[in-house]
Amino acid sequence: MALLEVTDLHTSFFTDAGEVKAVNGVSFTLEKNKVLGIVGESGSGKSVTAYSIMQILAKAGKIVSGSVKLDGEELVGAPESVMNKIRGNRISIIFQDPMTSLNPTYTIGSQLMEAILLHTGRNRKEAWERAVEMLKLVNVNEPEKRMKQYPYEFSGGMRQRVMIAMALACEPDILIADEPTTALDVTIQAGILELMKDIQKKEGMAIIMITHDLGVVAQLCDEVIVMYAGGICEKGTADDIFYYPKHEYTKGLLSSIPTVDSEYEKLRPIAGTPIDLLNMPAGCPFAPRCENAMKVCIRQAAPLEKVSEGHMAACWMNQKKD
Amino acid sequence: MKDNQQTQPLLQVKNLKQYFQLNNGFFSTQVLKAVDDISFDINKGETLGLVGESGCGKTTAGRSILQLYKPTAGEVIFDGKKIEGKATIEAYRQKATMVFQDPYSSLDPRMTVSDIIGEPLDVQNLVSNAAERRERILDLMDKVGLNSEHAARYAHEFSGGQRQRVGIARALATKPEFIVCDEPVSALDVSIQAQIINMFEQLQENMGLTYLFIAHDLLVVRHISDRIAVMYLGHLVELADTDAICDRPLHPYTRALMSAVPMPDPKVARANKRIALSGEIPSPLHAPKGCPFHTRCPHATDACKESMPELKEVESGRLVACHRALEIN
Repeated sequence: MALLEVTDLHTSFFTDAGEVKAVNGVSFTLEKNKVLGIVGESGSGKSVTAYSIMQILAKAGKIVSGSVKLDGEELVGAPESVMNKIRGNRISIIFQDPMTSLNPTYTIGSQLMEAILLHTGRNRKEAWERAVEMLKLVNVNEPEKRMKQYPYEFSGGMRQRVMIAMALACEPDILIADEPTTALDVTIQAGILELMKDIQKKEGMAIIMITHDLGVVAQLCDEVIVMYAGGICEKGTADDIFYYPKHEYTKGLLSSIPTVDSEYEKLRPIAGTPIDLLNMPAGCPFAPRCENAMKVCIRQAAPLEKVSEGHMAACWMNQKKD
Repeated sequence: MKDNQQTQPLLQVKNLKQYFQLNNGFFSTQVLKAVDDISFDINKGETLGLVGESGCGKTTAGRSILQLYKPTAGEVIFDGKKIEGKATIEAYRQKATMVFQDPYSSLDPRMTVSDIIGEPLDVQNLVSNAAERRERILDLMDKVGLNSEHAARYAHEFSGGQRQRVGIARALATKPEFIVCDEPVSALDVSIQAQIINMFEQLQENMGLTYLFIAHDLLVVRHISDRIAVMYLGHLVELADTDAICDRPLHPYTRALMSAVPMPDPKVARANKRIALSGEIPSPLHAPKGCPFHTRCPHATDACKESMPELKEVESGRLVACHRALEIN
């Protein structure tokens, strides 16, 4: 049985302008010890997918249908008391912006201890020791002194280390990282990514890495899901996605990023502008921007189908007989 | 760009310093040395990439070059002429413009696109009547790939990529020769980013523009730049041709920076050996004595703690500010 099983998840936001289908039929499984990357551009539904798993959606957002199973236990529709035991304990999340995810009025120590006291049977002294141990794990120097400091005394990279320490304090089965390094400088980012990989190997947890940065995906992920307009257009191993992309959007993304070899060539961007989720086209959501769109693409979206072992894509091009 | 190198550079920056006085209450002031003695040239038609991490002074450098701040010391020489005095600065601002990072906050929400693009024309008195103004605006919109029907719309009606096109059209309005591009694509999605990068290249080809391209994304900078300059704590630590600096960086900081770039290629990423840096960038308010990088440098010696290395040419066209540049490489 997979550790996490998401099946046909639909999440919508009900706004004054109408229903926004932010996640539109997403299915995937996550095994222990694996790092799953979810990539996509803004509005592709990658963060909302994660928030749906944790059930921390904004007020207007609602899981319309689908299932999220953790170790076989259904989470959609589960009472808040069950979710409270799961959040921060079995599934943890770290957010993009380390500047705003810590409470400025509490010390780092008390924020770290909060989750430990809530989810484990430890007393205050044991929780303190555990928190110090976690700060050591994420390479924060002088952890005892740092415990008594406030967030403003920490740099961005250090705060993100604290966030990771906090997320891992209760030994979660799954760590969801929502753009954890986007706000950080590149040398700091490299350190944080290495740290996450090391801890993941040591603790044997699974990571869902949400990012728009294909470099981060290449460095960290075993498996990759590419999302566009709330749906999955392709999933496979990192090598499948980077070396044998089978969806026109994935191909477009890869040719849009500058690489070492592209220095003397023009980039090949994807034409058009990102999709308006309030006015979704009838067929494949990517068809209006796709240079190889066929008549069928405009009429009907392609199903996510297997192209090789463990590699799936939702593109009619793969079925074209030539 | 090679054939231009014999001629005079379009822009010369000499010993530019930009200090900010901070008042922390009664009688207590501190000096923040955001840019501390940097010098470089940019040739006509060239793109010079300026990279560095947050707080290194790259944005401040761009702004003082454009005289948006009054430099504390140093000279900016444009087309052979020293930029000082009101009249020279006004004329310079026609020839040297800027594209800003954030396409959301750099456009006035109460102005239509045509007024945003037309404002520089009005300020500099470049058009004599309304018909000419309209024609110029539509021509600029066409140049940056905006539909002329959208001239009467407001910025909020556009996506991030389109807004950045408006910002670029505004920068082009006065027919500049030199544009400072301050992180112009970092707020954009990958697929849109590529459209804008290609447009910068196209405009450069068509109009003979010269860019100072400030960014933190090294892959983007590598793609667009002819040469790259690296800043650390207000100082220029290395400057060289793009290929040279990316393939064989000489300064220890540049080497660490280059090795930290996440390559969008799983096999390359797995094989990459990162040079880890200890510690964090010191605050520019308490910049270390001697070489600014010595606190984190794996090769630092006592000499590095004492004296500041000068930016010198170690190979043809390669400038490095490191006492041990030749030893350690």
